[in-house]
Amino acid sequence: MTTAIAHSSQLAARNMRIVYRQPVYLAFTLIQPMVWLLLFSQLFERVVDLPGFGSTNYVAYLAPGVVIMTAMMNAGWAGTTLIEDMDRGVMDRYLASPVRRVAIINGILVYQAAVTVVQSLIVFAVALAMGARYDGGVTGPAVMLAAAVLLAVVFAALSCAAALTLRTQEALIGIFQFLAFPLLFLSSTLMADALLPGWIDTVARFNPVDWAVVASREALAAGADWGMVGGRIALLAALAVAMTWLATRAFRSYQHSI
Amino acid sequence: MSETTGLAIEATDLTKTYGKGAKGITALDGVSFTAPAGAVFAVLGPNGAGKSTAVKILTTLAAADAGRAVVAGIDVTADPAGVRHVIGHVPQKPCFDPTATGWENLSLQGRIHGMPAKTIKERSGELLERFGLAEAAGRITKTWSGGMQRKLDVALGLIHRPQVLFLDEPTTGLDPEARAGMWAEIAGLTSADGLTVLLTTHYLEEADQLAGRLAIVDRGTVVAAGTPDELKAALDGDTVQIELAEPAANGDARAVVEAVSGVRDVSVEGASLRARVGGGAAILPAVLGALDARSIGLASVTVARPSLDDVYLHHAGRSFRAADEAGTKEITA
Repeated sequence: MTTAIAHSSQLAARNMRIVYRQPVYLAFTLIQPMVWLLLFSQLFERVVDLPGFGSTNYVAYLAPGVVIMTAMMNAGWAGTTLIEDMDRGVMDRYLASPVRRVAIINGILVYQAAVTVVQSLIVFAVALAMGARYDGGVTGPAVMLAAAVLLAVVFAALSCAAALTLRTQEALIGIFQFLAFPLLFLSSTLMADALLPGWIDTVARFNPVDWAVVASREALAAGADWGMVGGRIALLAALAVAMTWLATRAFRSYQHSI
Repeated sequence: MSETTGLAIEATDLTKTYGKGAKGITALDGVSFTAPAGAVFAVLGPNGAGKSTAVKILTTLAAADAGRAVVAGIDVTADPAGVRHVIGHVPQKPCFDPTATGWENLSLQGRIHGMPAKTIKERSGELLERFGLAEAAGRITKTWSGGMQRKLDVALGLIHRPQVLFLDEPTTGLDPEARAGMWAEIAGLTSADGLTVLLTTHYLEEADQLAGRLAIVDRGTVVAAGTPDELKAALDGDTVQIELAEPAANGDARAVVEAVSGVRDVSVEGASLRARVGGGAAILPAVLGALDARSIGLASVTVARPSLDDVYLHHAGRSFRAADEAGTKEITA
């Protein structure tokens, strides 16, 4: 157990070093959320005027959604590290050494979680600068960060599992192109619950992106329904654990192929 | 090392097939060999012979379909984790992290092996010094030369003082100068650390130069094993190689040369004809006379002591180069 933790932190440190050496990479990952926050929010500014939208400021409504969306979109790329390691001999070197399989996955998940925290704080700060205000206390942003990190872990682990199974960048990119936008649109990320078509509202209940967005938005509001928030966070946590287990199992698929 | 046998590696009847049914490709078809402790053992074979597959099984990366493999006295199937502590593995593909410095690469590998920080520092310094990498050690490895990067790969495999080091095609892709440098390093490994080195290669001269013992692998089986000298001596006699002026005459030439008494194992490939002869100097005039009598033109004639190439030809029934090219085609197809 202690070995697994030690290996996880050592491999996470290796991944962090890449961002630390090339911080411009982090800047690139913020382009898309800034487009959503700065342009999309202006384009759809008056959507709040729709009867039943239930919010008066679209930036304030959209910001937690963009935080969550950014967490998901970037985590989807997490598996590319594994593919690079497999294309080189790095993975074979790890696997022929006493490193724990779960530590190789954890190293990526911890790194992805840290990147998500930084990205989320920047996106949220920009939203506040654009005039978004929330009535809840500091617990709100903290819950939002937790939801973003958990969702990032879910998608990063899924990306790792896909990377170990498919073993090509193209296949990995294809899968996430296929998943990301439907998951985004089949949720209340961009449009209030009450105004979603019935079938989307139903589907959204099973969508982890929606769990994270709904929990964040609720926690940021005054008089939050903490039971509901807790339930969504618990679902995300359970899914994160399941996906991490799946990714660790996927090493078997890779080892059968070599 | 196994206490009772003095063997660092024992592979017995290893088989491995990739894919299932008619599409399955048999990579290993009953490979057996043993490597004594404290020496360089080479697994020599053309591309696609199954060398890397054998290494993957011995280093616990892949599981054999059948057979038994024991490394440093530990069964790879029964205790893969135990094997991983006592081996170093340098894969065929570069295995250093190009985004990290030399120090950082070695430090992470040392920590994976649970070494204390102080020991890692000392051992890394020692390895960087030995491989002539000390000056570059603080630079990102992406900027290093190919030869330096490959030496770092080897250093990564040595950081924890393994008992057995696996080098999978350590010099493939290196320029001749870097290859010579790597050979010198490999030759020094066993004497300095009492290490056992298993090296796979498709370079005949690499096996000849470095290996105390070797196994020649072809199409998933071991066709010959022994010391390079034993293998060559077993061929008994010299090799005559004749380059014909006209490749089209190779059928005639073969018949003529085969008819000369004292000539064995005649083979032709394009314009080259090779034969084994009892005493090269004595029989050569008879061979040349016979070819001249039939007016078969020659471009060159050489007589040499047997090489590993001849050993391969004798056991595999085709020249090493032809097998290597065929294997490369299969891999890229």
